[in-house]
Amino acid sequence: MAMMSGAQMLVRTLEDLGVEYLFGYPGGAVLDIYDALHDSKKIHHVLGRHEQGVAHEADGYARATGKVGVCLVTSGPGATNTVTSIATAYMDSVPMVVITGQVGTPLIGSDAFQEVDTIGITRPIVKHSYLCQKATDIPKYLRQAFYLASTGRPGPVVVDVPKDCVRPSVKFEYPEPEPVKMRSYNPTTQGHRGQVRRAARMLAEAERPVLMLGGGVISSEGSEEARALARMFRLPVVSTLMGLGAYPGSDAQFLGMLGMHGTYEANMAMDKADLVLAVGVRFDDRVTNSVPKFCPAAKIVHVDIDPASISKTVEADIPIVGDAKTVLSQFLDSAGEQKLSCNAKAMDEWWGHISKWRAAKCLAYDKDPKVIKPQQVIESLYRATGGDAIIVTDVGQHQMFVAQYYKFDTPRSFLSSGGLGTMGYGFPAAIGAWVGQRSRPVCLVTGDGSFQMNIQELSTCRQFHIPIKIFILDNHTLGMVRQWQMMFYRGRISWTDLNDNPDFVAVAKAYGHEGQYVDDPSKLDAAIDAALSKKDSLVITDIRCDTDAKVLPMQQGGGSMSDMFMSEA
Amino acid sequence: MRHVVSILIENEAGALSRVVGLFSQRGYNIESLTVAPTEDPTLSRCTILTTGESEEIEQITKQLHKLVCVLRVTAISEEPEGGLERELVLIKVPTPNRGIREDIKSIADIFSARIIDVSAEVITMEYVGSSQEVDNFCSTVLKLSDVLEVVRSGVLGIARGNHCMHS
Repeated sequence: MAMMSGAQMLVRTLEDLGVEYLFGYPGGAVLDIYDALHDSKKIHHVLGRHEQGVAHEADGYARATGKVGVCLVTSGPGATNTVTSIATAYMDSVPMVVITGQVGTPLIGSDAFQEVDTIGITRPIVKHSYLCQKATDIPKYLRQAFYLASTGRPGPVVVDVPKDCVRPSVKFEYPEPEPVKMRSYNPTTQGHRGQVRRAARMLAEAERPVLMLGGGVISSEGSEEARALARMFRLPVVSTLMGLGAYPGSDAQFLGMLGMHGTYEANMAMDKADLVLAVGVRFDDRVTNSVPKFCPAAKIVHVDIDPASISKTVEADIPIVGDAKTVLSQFLDSAGEQKLSCNAKAMDEWWGHISKWRAAKCLAYDKDPKVIKPQQVIESLYRATGGDAIIVTDVGQHQMFVAQYYKFDTPRSFLSSGGLGTMGYGFPAAIGAWVGQRSRPVCLVTGDGSFQMNIQELSTCRQFHIPIKIFILDNHTLGMVRQWQMMFYRGRISWTDLNDNPDFVAVAKAYGHEGQYVDDPSKLDAAIDAALSKKDSLVITDIRCDTDAKVLPMQQGGGSMSDMFMSEA
Repeated sequence: MRHVVSILIENEAGALSRVVGLFSQRGYNIESLTVAPTEDPTLSRCTILTTGESEEIEQITKQLHKLVCVLRVTAISEEPEGGLERELVLIKVPTPNRGIREDIKSIADIFSARIIDVSAEVITMEYVGSSQEVDNFCSTVLKLSDVLEVVRSGVLGIARGNHCMHS
């Protein structure tokens, strides 16, 4: 039996759980853990430059790989700095374990130096959390944390480790790994067979069905099953922001993203559908518009692993609790057993309607020989990457343009803060993605506002040679807020101008990277190609874009799915 | 609508704060709350009296169940159907003269309340019943005399018959 200190057990437990990368930032309360980490040959530590960045890096790693992202920060400000990142991961159901240092147990509650109630502060934004009371809790809680983070509806788990639990002088027997069992936690993965059978029959009988896919399809690795089901019943497919990539964006059956900035055809199909099969979604308010007016003609079949997501906002006619991949394959089996096929005549007619909506070409926009349109940047990036890249975004107009104009053919290719809408998420998440997945280029599409919210991570990229390609859609404004001010606040521009941005090219160079500036539409393609050709360098491409571009279509607030502004007027 | 929700939780630090936090975080009401360890000391039983439409109660039950420290959740139906409810009240009244003392004594007899403490000028009674019975008892005492203090335990609930909440 190996005798180890709490800190050594912590490191050993992470190794035994298969952790290869640990994103972290040292500090007083975690000194002993860092000392033990110094001896680890299996865990590579990635040093961020701010704890918010550190935790977003773990998040980006998790989204890109499907593995649990792990980060380690110190007590007090170290822990509070991760709060935004934890909330981001919670809203988007990302498997993440956050290890926070804590003051020693005798000091807890005494307002000690760098003490905060981490468990209390993070309670509403975690799937679960643990406060270790003794060294031997560490392996047990960490194993449970990984199990919880990665099973059921994934989410972040915090493990708070007081300093006296990791004291190097006290040694314990290291408990060998064993499977985690928790009496109070048993997520349902198999869908109810009778419900699936009924729903499959409804799918075959439907005249205007839509398959709506969300992030759950990606986290359950259910893309193949979704594709097979869509093919079997000739279903039109729409996707939420979080679901992009679950179904190939370039496929003829894909109608695009739905919701506030969804395509005309996706939202019209939803509005006229007689059956919506919604898989791994939670009917967020950015998707439904006004709930009472949502899909008035449709029966809703709602598949999700979280029972609390079902009938929370949109009432489900057929609720099915289960893992998206498992339930989708149950649908395929059930359709096979019942010898079901689609209603061919009705489907011809339905696709006829959809073609008409598609002909509206809702994403068409006017180019200008003098000013770069943000839409054309995304189209150019799609062309240059051949669709084969991981695209990470921040939050705002650029994020919606990516969702609309980049066609994601594979899951885990689009990383974005959907639920919380965290500006500053993109850059560190892109770092995490690259750390976890180096076979494809990682591109960050960001805005001049968002990028400055975690710009310090340029240092991390320098240290670890992380060759991300950064494209700043630089419009000298907080574009999305400005869009609302222009459209709904009578053009009163209140504090959204960003005319005092730094010279981003000089910033790139100051951090030891490369940078280029482009404002001429005719040079855009060449600039993007040049950035992507530099395989080993981080390149910032500062792209001066049209300040007045709007994200369209846009649903009219309080309306139905079909109430959309197609143009600014 | 009034609902009694029974919850079986791990008897560990922070479990109750997760349950209570969920109510405040999602804007649900807590009218009363009681919690204590069960016959299995690793578990606690918590009874929450809440108000809301039945869809809201369904959502509360699901959200509670999602908490990792929660083993079982049941919304106990109203008293005559499937549920039993009891509440304890301690009530302290001033008894400045013999007449009032006599009145209080007879009220206690009528309601089968117990007098648990007597001093020269104060009587303390305990009474157990459904919330409505406790309401009745308290308002009757209030009509008859001044009241110095009322302490109610909050509702305890259990299902009728052989329905049990096991771990």
